[in-house]
Amino acid sequence: MTPLSRDALARMVALHLPAEGFVNLGIGAPTHVADYLPAGSGVILHSENGILNVGPKPAAGEEDWDLINAGKMPISLRTGGSYFDSSLSFAMMRGGHLDVAVLGAFQVSKDGDLANWTTGDNGSPPGIGGAIDLAVGAKSIWVMMDHTTKDGRSRIVERCGYPLTARRVVTRIFTSLAIIEVTGEGLAVQALLEGLTIEALRDRTEAPLHVAGEVRTIKQDGSVA
Amino acid sequence: MRNVVVENAAAAVEGIKDGDTVMMGGFGGAGLPLGVVKAVLDRGVRDLTLISNNAGSTEDDLSLWFEARIVRKIVCSYPRSAKQFAEQYRAGTVELELVPQGTLVERIRAGGAGLGGFLSPVGVGTVFAEGKEKIVVEGREFILELPLRADFAFVKGHLADTLGNVTYNKTARNHCAVMATAGRTVAVEVDRVVEAGDLDPEAIVTPCIFVDRVFARSLR
Repeated sequence: MTPLSRDALARMVALHLPAEGFVNLGIGAPTHVADYLPAGSGVILHSENGILNVGPKPAAGEEDWDLINAGKMPISLRTGGSYFDSSLSFAMMRGGHLDVAVLGAFQVSKDGDLANWTTGDNGSPPGIGGAIDLAVGAKSIWVMMDHTTKDGRSRIVERCGYPLTARRVVTRIFTSLAIIEVTGEGLAVQALLEGLTIEALRDRTEAPLHVAGEVRTIKQDGSVA
Repeated sequence: MRNVVVENAAAAVEGIKDGDTVMMGGFGGAGLPLGVVKAVLDRGVRDLTLISNNAGSTEDDLSLWFEARIVRKIVCSYPRSAKQFAEQYRAGTVELELVPQGTLVERIRAGGAGLGGFLSPVGVGTVFAEGKEKIVVEGREFILELPLRADFAFVKGHLADTLGNVTYNKTARNHCAVMATAGRTVAVEVDRVVEAGDLDPEAIVTPCIFVDRVFARSLR
């Protein structure tokens, strides 16, 4: 059993996004979800720096440095796209107009608390950007992350040890091992990586997990059966 | 007829002095008035309070202000990937007020719109709520965020007419259109100046009432 690669995790998230939904992909790993959106999904991507209907990276030589995404990389505009100032952009984010925001995380708690902006390391300046506005304002907050840290510690925890981005906001967690829903009754496993047992998943997870109903199987390429 | 066109960046920053608060538009390089960056350096002012989304990232942007040590405090949402700023932050020679990006721009909007602040759900239950007044509205907790204004707001537009009406280019609009409402003196660096009447009134994003100076970019 090998945990999902970054690409397979991005594909798994992409396959779950609601058709024709308004979606913001956070900087870092979530940005790659755009590469795996199924053709004809109709998903409209928002970027916090003032654009709706974000298109793919332009061909080499076609970059326009006035047309960038939140990660400050060149993008293109899809048909029907629009530009607006930051105030209107954050009105979309805080005001509950986005269907889904996909964010990376250091930790998520059993109650859906999110820690994704700093590990509290005093050596380098912290940055918060727009992650916190998304976490508070989008209708659904999905987290995508490796299930454990590089040294094997669970990122799904009883209580976040790192400074919080927002309390009780995460609705679904996509990890390199599982898909987990945050519910009023705790964390519910919805899908499990092929070859992994629920007991083995619990061994790698600090917070309690429960199973309610059918658990689907995640293939190594990120598709879910 | 009103005409706010000035010759160059040096004229656009005329009057800036030590200790001023300065807004700089831009999200990364998009929307950053680069001519102003250099003109402010040339003025030799110090102890600035800088309000900006970022703290520079290349050798050719706001990093120059940190290298020259002319910023005493920065109000900022994402000062990452900023080598010169990071060095001064670690040395304790620059103060950082870290503000969520949406809160930053809305505080600027409040400043420009004459509001005493606004109530935000962002930051409730986190370190960003520390020291701020909490107000419950319809059962939900909010924090009181205060307005931001500046002595000078410098932004990058695409076209300006001689009256001072401004359009922007793509995602370079970002914080610029909001900052252009919140400076005591507002100067806009543009790609090209056109005659009054040449801009489609429907395309004007910043109406001339907010704008004191415009100049056409000519980078050295």
